[in-house]
This record gives sequence, structure tokens and C-alpha cells, in this order.
Amino acid sequence: MSASTISVTLKIWRQKNPQDKGHFETYPITVSTDASFLEMIDQLNGDLIVQGKDPVAFDHDCREGICGMCGAMVNGYAHAHEKATTLCQTHMRSFKNGEEIVIEPWRASAFPIIKDLMVDRSSFDKIIQSGGYISVSTGSAPDANATPISKIAADHAFASAACIGCGACVAACPNASAMLFVSAKISHLAHLPQGRVEGKKRAAAMIDRMDELGFGNCTNHRECEAACPKEIKLENIALMNREFLTAEFA
Amino acid sequence: MGITLDAKIPSGNIADKWDKHKFESKLVNPANRRKFTVLVVGTGLAGASAAATLAEQGYKVKTFCFQDSPRRAHSIAAQGGINAAKNYRNDGDSVYRLFYDTIKGGDYRAREANVHRLAQVSVNIIDQCVAQGVPFAREYGGYLDNRSFGGTQVARTFYAAGQTGQQLLLGAYSALSRQIEQGAIESHTRTEVLDIVVVNGRARGIITRHLITGEVKRHMGDAVLLCTGGYSTVFFLSTNAMGCNVTATWRAHKKGAVFANPCFTQIHPTSIPVHGENQSKLTLMSEGLRNDGRVWVPKAKNDKRRAEDIPEAERDYYLEERYPSFGNLVPRDVASRAAKKVCDEGRGVGSSGQSVYMDFRDSIKRLGKQVITEKYGNLFDMYHKITGENPMEQPMRIYPAPHYTMGGLWVDYNLMSTIPGLFVLGEANFSDHGANRLGASALMQGLADGYFVIPYTLANYFGATTLEKVDTQNPAFGDAENTVKERLNRILSVKGNRTVDSFHKELGRAMWDNCGMSRNAEGLTKTIEHISKLRDEFWNTVRVPGDANYVNPELEKAGRVADFLEFSELMCRDALSRNESCGGHFREEYQTEDNEARRDDENYCYVAGWEFNGVGKEPTLHKEQLVFDNVKLTQRSYK
Repeated sequence: MSASTISVTLKIWRQKNPQDKGHFETYPITVSTDASFLEMIDQLNGDLIVQGKDPVAFDHDCREGICGMCGAMVNGYAHAHEKATTLCQTHMRSFKNGEEIVIEPWRASAFPIIKDLMVDRSSFDKIIQSGGYISVSTGSAPDANATPISKIAADHAFASAACIGCGACVAACPNASAMLFVSAKISHLAHLPQGRVEGKKRAAAMIDRMDELGFGNCTNHRECEAACPKEIKLENIALMNREFLTAEFA
Repeated sequence: MGITLDAKIPSGNIADKWDKHKFESKLVNPANRRKFTVLVVGTGLAGASAAATLAEQGYKVKTFCFQDSPRRAHSIAAQGGINAAKNYRNDGDSVYRLFYDTIKGGDYRAREANVHRLAQVSVNIIDQCVAQGVPFAREYGGYLDNRSFGGTQVARTFYAAGQTGQQLLLGAYSALSRQIEQGAIESHTRTEVLDIVVVNGRARGIITRHLITGEVKRHMGDAVLLCTGGYSTVFFLSTNAMGCNVTATWRAHKKGAVFANPCFTQIHPTSIPVHGENQSKLTLMSEGLRNDGRVWVPKAKNDKRRAEDIPEAERDYYLEERYPSFGNLVPRDVASRAAKKVCDEGRGVGSSGQSVYMDFRDSIKRLGKQVITEKYGNLFDMYHKITGENPMEQPMRIYPAPHYTMGGLWVDYNLMSTIPGLFVLGEANFSDHGANRLGASALMQGLADGYFVIPYTLANYFGATTLEKVDTQNPAFGDAENTVKERLNRILSVKGNRTVDSFHKELGRAMWDNCGMSRNAEGLTKTIEHISKLRDEFWNTVRVPGDANYVNPELEKAGRVADFLEFSELMCRDALSRNESCGGHFREEYQTEDNEARRDDENYCYVAGWEFNGVGKEPTLHKEQLVFDNVKLTQRSYK
């Protein structure tokens, strides 16, 4: 960690509310290279408040890349340019002195803008509610080791379950499709014997809900996979389609 | 006032208390459950598991979280694992041993009966989570894997890579989502609870503010469950999420709920060190890493050589040296203090001298890079991203950071606070971890409270109580709503020149220096005065832009910081009144010759429960004497 500073020009999308048309505003800033991207926005906001201006609204919480609350398009990349990294884990040392940094909210009709960089992702919750679970009530579980699950299946399930629900996949997709998000959940549960029971019903319900909520379709651009901070694999979508088709024609 | 802290511990043998209590508890007929509305505040492990389970049983449940989704509560960030007395390793574990380790780890300041129950239900938690599809780590045979954690000599920790909290929370969130879909739960997201409504001495509702629309709203309930987590962000820099706060529990305290042991805070030994003034949070490196990472500093002071240039003979593996039987896996309080000690001696590493090495060189040699990557890959990546240094090639640098708070609202065996009808679950209560929490026990407690304790004790409350009919037109709701609105307006009307963050940072710094890893009477007394001045300054010079009618994160933060400016004083007073050292509470005046904590069981073997008497006024101390019938109190030794 070597502390030095860089000066960059921020072009940030400002939008008061969903009705406002919105516009870019430009802010020059000098910031420590050890600062995280969100700490850079904190610093900007501190300056704006003291100047009597409206600070930039953005969602964030854990700042360690796991809660999925933060996210913005930075120079056209969801969660900025670094691979497998959320915005809160992006550090200013990965930007160059003098660089212009364009910051926009996720753009998708299923994620309406609330203010500035904040969007409404409650559609993701609604998709999970349609069937993204195993229907087991508390108290009815057998011993945890009663059913052996191969390490390979468990590892597959875990890799898909690592999704943080941030919405980068939707934001990166030209169709604003939620297929990577939905397929990650379907695939997580489909890899486990206890999840197989409802597998097809789950896939059908979640895909129906996803369509109802106005997400687009997958046309194999693979932008979602490239943008995903948790490296959720595109093969989940293939598995989901298999579940869905066999559910439809079962 | 006539507060007595009656823990309502069931009689009988420790191993039988919970079964006996469950049998003797009142029940609510399934057809009658829908007549009861339960308000659950917070949707982390405790809140989500409680809400889902109560809804499954037929109660009407409403959940509230300030995040945009229940899935984002800060339980999600827990890394290492969850303990359970399964004894799948055949290495001598048992319910009794987990109970014993937890009591000892908590330095004999937790309630025996609660802890024993926790150890008992721990085994059911793992079963439940596996049934939900939580992808725990497995061995090639298909059975569950375990790792070892600090303060224990068995391997009883279940884990999902370094993302155990995330996977457990997603399990509880999935159960919650299923109940939302069925219409049994009404979920309120981006909604912050700003007051508790008490009608005729019972908790009967809450006042909320919607963080988008700004709408202030009344919600009636037959019981209120606070599952709002801990208050480590009082230190500003901590491993907690930015939104974590003390507001709900503090407002409940001001309404009459006794606050217990607020000075019992846990400083986690292995966080990434502080880098600069604009830093907003500290990132934890899981305790699980201490299974394979060796902690050391140079033997010489001010040794500026790079780690790889320091020969073996000139390295001080101080934990292994000093605590041969537990080595690098001593409990958190011990490891943190030891790190502070070597840094205070001038042997700390890094440019600030405020860090120690955690070195994987020997484990990489022994196990290979692939095994290390499988075990800790995501943590190594996280460290690399934050610091720009690769722990495969050079040792990690770590330093202690505020992480968890053992203190919280006082609850009895039924998890009920001193306000009837107000229950407190998970980190928000004080009950199970004494003065120091063992690793992988927070997830266990959150889920134990939510899945397996509250469903029984809440039914008992409803079954044994005749609740009057109350609606939101009751004057108590109007009063509470007015208080909330007045406070919001008051914050906005100051229009001063100092940002909310600058107050939070100043408070955090003062608390870290004087009420953090080590404390003394002089520093605490000084800090109480400092806080009082800072509070005045806040109400005269804070600047919060905008209004209360739409998104205004500065207003949210200001409300939370204003509460911290009151609460922190109670923390200091508690630390000042406890003239002993125990667990995470280290008073410099009370230490042994070799700098270990010196407990005073004769005078301080109690829970300190504080009653609110007004802001800036001396609170009243109520004591719950701790009785140890099963565990013998000894000087805690990990040597």
C-alpha cells in the first residue's frame, strides 16, 4: 500500500427522482490511490455538502463485496473495469491520473432509477419469491449427514449460490435480461438432491415471474458473465433452459 | 424505579432446562395464531429465521429492513463458519463441551442456561440449513466438512468457503421469501425503525420512516422482535456495514428497555490495517485463516526489512510462543491484545507500524497452493484487491478492528427485554457470549434464536398474556410519531457547517482510543466529557442538506450518529464502572503480572443492566448476579 494521489474528472449522472430527465455533472477531484471507489464518492459528497450542494445518492452497505447493495456503470462497465470485483472493492489505484470517469446508474426498465445512482431492484426479490427456495419448514429437517452429496455437486451448487444479487448482469446485458441471476438460483438448487424435488416447477415459476417483471431475453451476448463480480458462469443459463423445457413438456 | 432483572431461568438440571421449559410453556392453537401480528425489525440471520418460522406456524408477520432487500443484512458478510456440537469428527465434541467452551470463551460473564440451550439447538441448525440447500463444504465421501476455530480444541465449525454468513442468510432469506409469496409475511424494505411504541407498559408497535418516500408510518403489533445487530460502528471504522447502527435498540432503551454490558465489545484480531484518513471501513480476514496462517513480528524493534529478508531465528511467532496449546488459535480478545502489545513495543510492521504478519509460507509449502486456494481463495483475492499485495507471495498484514458487540438489550431466558412484548434476538441482545464471543458462534446464536427459541417463547408470551385491543389511533402512537418527526426536523434545522461523517469520525476515534482494546479510568472519564461536548456541537453545527420528503442518506446517517452520541456515553460509563478485566473488556488497572486480564469474580460476576434516566444523566445500574452451577470459574488459560 503506497499512498499517493491522482486527480481525475468525474462525470456523474444526476437525476432528482424517477420523473426528472436527468443529466451529467462534472466534478474534478484529487484522491488517494488507496481509497476505494466509494470512498472517493464519500469524499466528493463531503465537499458537496460543505458547499451547500446536493450530495450524490448511491446505494452501498457492507463495502466488502458481499452484500450486493452497491453498483454503477463506470466508463461503460458494470462495477468498473476490474474483473470479478464489485464497485466497493474497486480501488482508485486502478485509475490513471488525469482520467475522465463516467459514472451512471444501472439502466434497465425493470430497475427504475430512484435518484442519481440509486435504482429499484425489488424485482429481484419478487423473482426469488416466485420459487427460489426449497419448501422446507423449520423443524422438519433430517440429520444433516443423512444424504451424502458429492463434493463436485456441492461445489457446483456453491459456485452458483455465490451470486450477490447486485444486478450487474442485467445492467450489462443489451436486452436487460435477468437470466444469469435467475439461472444461478435455479442451478444452485438443482445441483442438490434436496433441491431436485421442486426443480422443474421452480424453473417454470421463476422464468414466468422474470418475464412478467419486464426483463429481456438472452441472446447470447455473454456480457452478463463478463460483468459478474462473483464470476457466475453462463452455463447456468443452459441448465436453466433444460429445466424449463423439460418442465414445459413433462 | 422497580426494575428487577429476573432472568426466569427454569429450575432443574442444566441439560433438562430447555426441554422442561418448552413443555411447560403455553401454546397458541394453530387456528388462533393468525390473530397475532408480530413485527420483526431487521432481516439478518436472527430476523429472517424468526420471521420465516413464525409465519410458517401461522402468525401474521411484518418484516422491516433499511436495505433494499432482506438478503443484504450484514449477517451476509460473516466469513468463517458456524459452530455446532455434531461431533462428526469424533474428536470429543459434545453439547456440554460447546457449552463449556462458550462460557469459558466468554470469560464467565454469560448466563449458563442460555448458553447450554444454544449448544443444544446448534445441531438442529445445521440440519435445517442443509435441508434449505445451504451448500456447506463437503468431503469427497459426500459428508460435511469441518474446520477449527479459535478458543476450541475440536473441529466443530461448518463452513461454505469464506462465505458462510452469505449462504446461511440466503437460506433464511429463501424461507422468508417463500412466506412472503404465500402472503404470510409483509416485507417492508428501505424502511428504518425510528421508535418503539409502548402502550400500557407493553411493546405494541413501531414508528418507521421509508427511506425513499420519507413517509413516517405507524405499525401495530402484538409483539415486537428487535433483530437489529450490533453497534460496532460506534467506532466509525469497524468491520460492520456502513448502515449498521444502534438506533432501534437505543430508542427501545429510552423507552424503558434495560441495556446490558454495553462495554463488552469484540475487537477482531485479523482485519486489514488502516490505510488513511478517508477510509470508511475495515475489512475482516476470517479467523479461519489462523488455521494455516502463522502470526509473527520481528524480534527486533523498528526492523524495516522486508518479511522475506528476516531469517527464521529473528522472527517472533508470539502466539505460538506464549500460548503453546492453542497457538495461533487463541480466542479473539487474547490475540488482539497480543497484537497491540507487540505493536506498542515498536515491533509492528508496515509503514504505520500498526500491523503484524499472518504468514502462509509454511502452509503453502506443506499443502500446496491449490489446497490453500480452495480453502481461502476468496479471502486472498479480497486482500489482494484492497492492499495490492498478494498473500501467496508475501505475508498478510493484519491488525485488530471492532467487529462484534456482546453487549445489547437485556433479555430474560425467553429473550424478552424489560419491556413486556419486546423481544431481542441475535447480536442485538446481550445473552450468550459474555465478555468475549468465540469465532463461528454469532451465526449459531442468530439462527438459534430465530429458528428454535423464539417460536416457543413467543407462543408462551401470547398464551400467558391477555392483550388489550390496540390500534394505531392510540395516543401512544401519536406521541411516538411526533417525537420522530420533531427529531428529524430538528436535525434538518441546525443548518451548520460540519458534516455528519466528521462527527462520526471524531466520536469513533475517541472511542477507539479510550474505550477500545484497552481502557483506563482516566481516559474513560475524559471521553465522557468529550462526548457530551461533541453532542452539543452536533446539535449546533451539523449540516444535513435537503429535506425529509425524499431520499436523503445524510439525514439517515445523522439520526444514527445522534443516537451513537448518546449511546457511546453509556458504553464508557459501563466500562468505567466495571473495575476488572474480562474478555474484550481490558482495564489497564486490572491485569496480571504477565499482562493477562484479571477478573474479579467476587465483585463483578454480574450482568450490568442500565436503566435510562435522560440524555447526559447518570443511568441507574441494575445487577443480574450470574450463578455458575456447572462450570467452575477459573483464570482463563490458553497456554
